Amino acid sequence: MTQLTAQLLLVGVSHQTASMEEREKLVLTQDRFNDFYRGLKALPCIQESLVLNTCNRFEIYSVTQAETSSETIEQISKYICSFQNFDNTHFDKLKSVKNNKNVLEHIFSVASGIESQMVGETEILGQAKEAYAFARKQESLGPVLNRLFQKTFQSAKWIRSHTSIGSGQINVANVAVDLAKKIFGRLETSRVLVIGTGDIGEKTLKALRSRGISNITIVSRKMERASEIAQNMGIKALTIDQLDTSLHEHDIVLTSTASSTPILTKKTISSALRRRSNRPFFLIDLAIPRDIEESAAELDNVYLYNLDDLAQIADENLRLRKMETTHGKELLTERAEKTWTHFTARFSHLSKD
Amino acid sequence: MEFLQLSDRGFLWLAATVYAAAFILALVSISRRRQHSRGILLTIVAIGFILQTTGLYIRGHASGSCPVNNQFEITQFMGWSATLLYLVIGPAFRVSLLGFFTSAFVTIISLVSLMIPSWDVTQTTSLFGNDSWIKVHASLATFSYGVMGILAITSAMQLLQNYSLKKKHMRGLFAYLPSIIELEQINFRLLAFGLFLLTLSILLAIFYMAEPTHSTKLLLSGAIWIGYLIVFIIHKLRFFSSNNLAYISIFLFILAVISLGPVANAIDHSKDNKKQGSLSE
Repeated sequence: MTQLTAQLLLVGVSHQTASMEEREKLVLTQDRFNDFYRGLKALPCIQESLVLNTCNRFEIYSVTQAETSSETIEQISKYICSFQNFDNTHFDKLKSVKNNKNVLEHIFSVASGIESQMVGETEILGQAKEAYAFARKQESLGPVLNRLFQKTFQSAKWIRSHTSIGSGQINVANVAVDLAKKIFGRLETSRVLVIGTGDIGEKTLKALRSRGISNITIVSRKMERASEIAQNMGIKALTIDQLDTSLHEHDIVLTSTASSTPILTKKTISSALRRRSNRPFFLIDLAIPRDIEESAAELDNVYLYNLDDLAQIADENLRLRKMETTHGKELLTERAEKTWTHFTARFSHLSKD
Repeated sequence: MEFLQLSDRGFLWLAATVYAAAFILALVSISRRRQHSRGILLTIVAIGFILQTTGLYIRGHASGSCPVNNQFEITQFMGWSATLLYLVIGPAFRVSLLGFFTSAFVTIISLVSLMIPSWDVTQTTSLFGNDSWIKVHASLATFSYGVMGILAITSAMQLLQNYSLKKKHMRGLFAYLPSIIELEQINFRLLAFGLFLLTLSILLAIFYMAEPTHSTKLLLSGAIWIGYLIVFIIHKLRFFSSNNLAYISIFLFILAVISLGPVANAIDHSKDNKKQGSLSE
């Protein structure tokens, strides 16, 4: 009896092929995951399977019989559409299908963040790891997909150390944190003063807290408002009248008020700088109109960044990451080819095409 | 004296080449926007250091003293001291780019000293005579200049980081610089260590030098020591911003290097005096 050959197969949609509205209809909610896997495993063509389900992509990686490739693709597509109540003809227009070595190239690129909307982001690698862990729990993995995903995680790590794909922050809040690290090094002991509360201000504050900063004080025009926020976030509160006397005690000042005139003048900052014995001052002005006088940047040891500055750095980092994707893809294609050679040698039932 | 069929200068040329290789490796990594491996750079610099140590050992063995007998040896010994310090503090403080800048600094001073033959005049008598304490003074002073050389490097790194943050240029070399606070702390430690060594060497000179050899040299050395002492006090009391102190540290190091000229002159002077003395006898 001759052994049937198998193939690696990918059927799915991503932000590159489908709109957000379309993806919303296809992406699985957590509570339906078990049912989806149960049905998928029951398909006669499937030997191994893994579902990568994120807000930007819904992809099914599988090992199937090579001889009935088109029927298998049809079966998987129909199953997805019936499960998600999606129009099959429309799905055919959106779906991307890859097999064998191309699947390797694709998942290597995806897990490395090259195919992400925010090029070089690392969240996708975590999501791929979660998908792998879930598939293991569902016992839907076999030796091929198991090996494939181990190699994928290694490649994602490798590409980050061999290219600049993940270098430089690409969102405003993380750019601010990176700058703070360039000034103060370890941030755990830095003291942060937050003046006003805006959306970006809150995100930046969260990003700073995630780096271990715990000494945070919030300033608001009204003490009740400041106390309320401080209580919710577990931080200290001050009124705006106490600002001048306590400014020098802080290393990082984050402003995002709705004030029409600057609340921190060059003179105020200069005086605070003297009181803090010339230690560096990092001022982040996220307000429009600006809260800090621009001329304060002229002071020695004062590093003033406004929203445009941070956005420009984030944009520049994103541009450089995108430039690096071509090089990254070349390296990953080479790596995928080598891995595929090992795969076909190791798993004799895999089709060599 | 030769070792493995290589002369002292042969080893020193090899060391300079290895330092240059370390510098080029780091430069290529940075220009390709890749973080170079600190371990590889440290290993290459360590190989250069072993070669330089061998070269200087051969010279020291031949003269029977620490190799600080002419401008060439003083410059080489200063580079050797700076490298030794980098090899000690590099892994401990994990200061990124310190290896890059140190290898550049040592490559330049090694090559310059090797390419100026007049710096390597063979002395019949040492500038420092046969007094072993004065030789210790000279070695300590040269070593302290090596420490101040590293301080000048870390000060330049601090000024570059400040420029990067002020002008909002974050890419290339700037992406890998250590933080302002880390550099401030390192600068203060280096300053304290260098000043301690310099003070010790000056005290030895005061106690053991029978007669002043060269007044310009003494005046310059004194001025440099006072300069570093003032910087140390200002640093401690935080009168100035650390950027101003970084500028002063670089200026003082340049002055210290220039002051090595009078040392060489002093060697010629002492030789002339000895010749004149023997003629009058």
